[in-house]
Amino acid sequence: MKILVCISKAPDTTSKIAFTEGNTKFDENGVQFIVNPYDEWYALVRALEIKEAQGGNVTILSVGGADYEPIIRKALAIGADDAVRIDAQESDSLYVAKQIAEYAKDKGFDIIMCGKETINYNGSVVPGMVAELLDLPYIPLAVKLDVNAGVATLEREVNGGLEVVEVTGSFVLSAAKGMAEQRIPNMRGIMAARTKPLQVVPAFAAETSTKLVSYDLPPAKGACKYIDAEQAGDLIRILHEEAKVI
Amino acid sequence: MRTDLYQGHDYYLMDELLTEEHKLVRDTARAWVKKEVSPLIEGAWEKGEFPRHLIKGLAEIGGFGPYIPAEYGGAGLDQIAYGIIMQELERCDSGLRSTSSVQSSLVMYPIWKYGTEEQRQKYLPKLASGEWIGCFGLTEPDHGSNPAGMTTNFKDAGDHYVLNGAKMWISNAPFAQVAVVWAKNEEGRIHGIIVERGMEGFTTPTMHGKWSLRASDTGELIFDNVKVPKGNLLPGRSGLGAPLSCLDSARYGIAWGAIGAALDCYDVALRYSQERQQFNKPIGAFQLQQKKLAEMITEITKAQLLTYRLGQLRNEGRATSAQISMAKRNNVNMAIQIAREARQILGGMGITNEYPIMRHMCNLESVITYEGTHDVHLLITGMDITGFDAFK
Repeated sequence: MKILVCISKAPDTTSKIAFTEGNTKFDENGVQFIVNPYDEWYALVRALEIKEAQGGNVTILSVGGADYEPIIRKALAIGADDAVRIDAQESDSLYVAKQIAEYAKDKGFDIIMCGKETINYNGSVVPGMVAELLDLPYIPLAVKLDVNAGVATLEREVNGGLEVVEVTGSFVLSAAKGMAEQRIPNMRGIMAARTKPLQVVPAFAAETSTKLVSYDLPPAKGACKYIDAEQAGDLIRILHEEAKVI
Repeated sequence: MRTDLYQGHDYYLMDELLTEEHKLVRDTARAWVKKEVSPLIEGAWEKGEFPRHLIKGLAEIGGFGPYIPAEYGGAGLDQIAYGIIMQELERCDSGLRSTSSVQSSLVMYPIWKYGTEEQRQKYLPKLASGEWIGCFGLTEPDHGSNPAGMTTNFKDAGDHYVLNGAKMWISNAPFAQVAVVWAKNEEGRIHGIIVERGMEGFTTPTMHGKWSLRASDTGELIFDNVKVPKGNLLPGRSGLGAPLSCLDSARYGIAWGAIGAALDCYDVALRYSQERQQFNKPIGAFQLQQKKLAEMITEITKAQLLTYRLGQLRNEGRATSAQISMAKRNNVNMAIQIAREARQILGGMGITNEYPIMRHMCNLESVITYEGTHDVHLLITGMDITGFDAFK
């Protein structure tokens, strides 16, 4: 089983969010980056579980600059076999998807796994685009993955229940919460990660199809108004007259 | 206990001095602590038991001999990585750090440095994996700050030694398989000797009634005509300098660890001061609370700088015992003061087990006393700078 796991970096959830250069650039000063949790906890860990049970190889792929290498080393410390960094500045989702697809197209991966979204941009579209570009089946938001005799069985959470899907041949999935449990690297893994191969390949030619205009922070939270539980009428009046939401 | 919301504090951007591997080691230890230890530490402390099921995980994150070479089962990391692990463990609980630093610095270190190749091969891999736990016997009921006065002794009985005496205040003793014991030979020279559980005449009664380090097991080591094979003597070094060099390593780890306890108290107090409202504003908006918090982060930052530099010197093999004494003394005292101030910021909530501060405060009362008391370390600095020995 040959598995490609695509990982992105994301700011730690405790980071203070600020922008520079006229609100066109995320201010990385003092920000701690982590492996995007959906990529790490679910996609990578499940890929490793499958490899450990059935044999094979798990390759990490990131699209980004040298600043990606700490999170790639972490993924190797958790247990991936090797890694590839496509040396390109991330821009929009289609650009990233084209880089991944271009790299993966002739490598014969059985499964290409991504997290369901990054926790900073929340686009959720890269894996679908990769599948389209490679003309492969795509199973989004999978919460369970089993592979037996070349047939992959996946579960997806759908409105009011679960959907079970079978796929034969190569495919792309996006992993959602539930597919696996977070795995903390151990010291043996950290030591092994020092010498695991990390290949840097140049960016593939691709157009950026959108242009970022600016970022804005959400409006500051207003003061909290407490209404006595006995005064439901006041609540309705305030929602109607002041908040104007009903 | 509440959810562990801890995040590190790095006022002088010390992280920029760390390697990516250091940070990975730290994040690993922190993630493990939050997942496996934080939810149960208050319960373990109240019960007065070291949670032994943690040993395997502690080994996996590098808690046992991280600087021991990989050929003996260690992780082959540097001294700063060792310090970082100690900091993350003590951030949770000094007893957890004690279990780890005793195994690393007081058991694995002397076997690695002063043992034979056969002893290294026999003990180190099992200690690194946590299959065996070790303890260190130096302190005696009547000899604490004056270990040279020890009475534990061994006699040559032909094909073995016969060991007699008693050690007290020994971390890990109640469940250790291996004890590195310091005892005098017939000429009065101090030697290290490895005693294994199961040797006839060797017992390890648990000590009860501690109001400190309750999540760490402490006991006595009693030797009643214990026959120890001659091959268990550590041949590489003798004299008081041998156990003291182990203490250098452990005290170095404590210097880092104490910063962890201080950071946890500061982190809790800072967050509480921003959330707790009195007189219609957060208490952190009042000058007296700001004074406490500002002094805390100042002292933590000074300790971080001192200790990082000490780590560099340890890596280069240049740190002196006196430099280590200064860091251990300064940092533990800093942590205990911060625990007391942080407790006040939390008001009444500070005395409950919903917050870790009172537990840290109680633990640090041991840490400021063991491995050289606060006063003894001061005299070490005094002797180092004046050239006069004020111990006797």
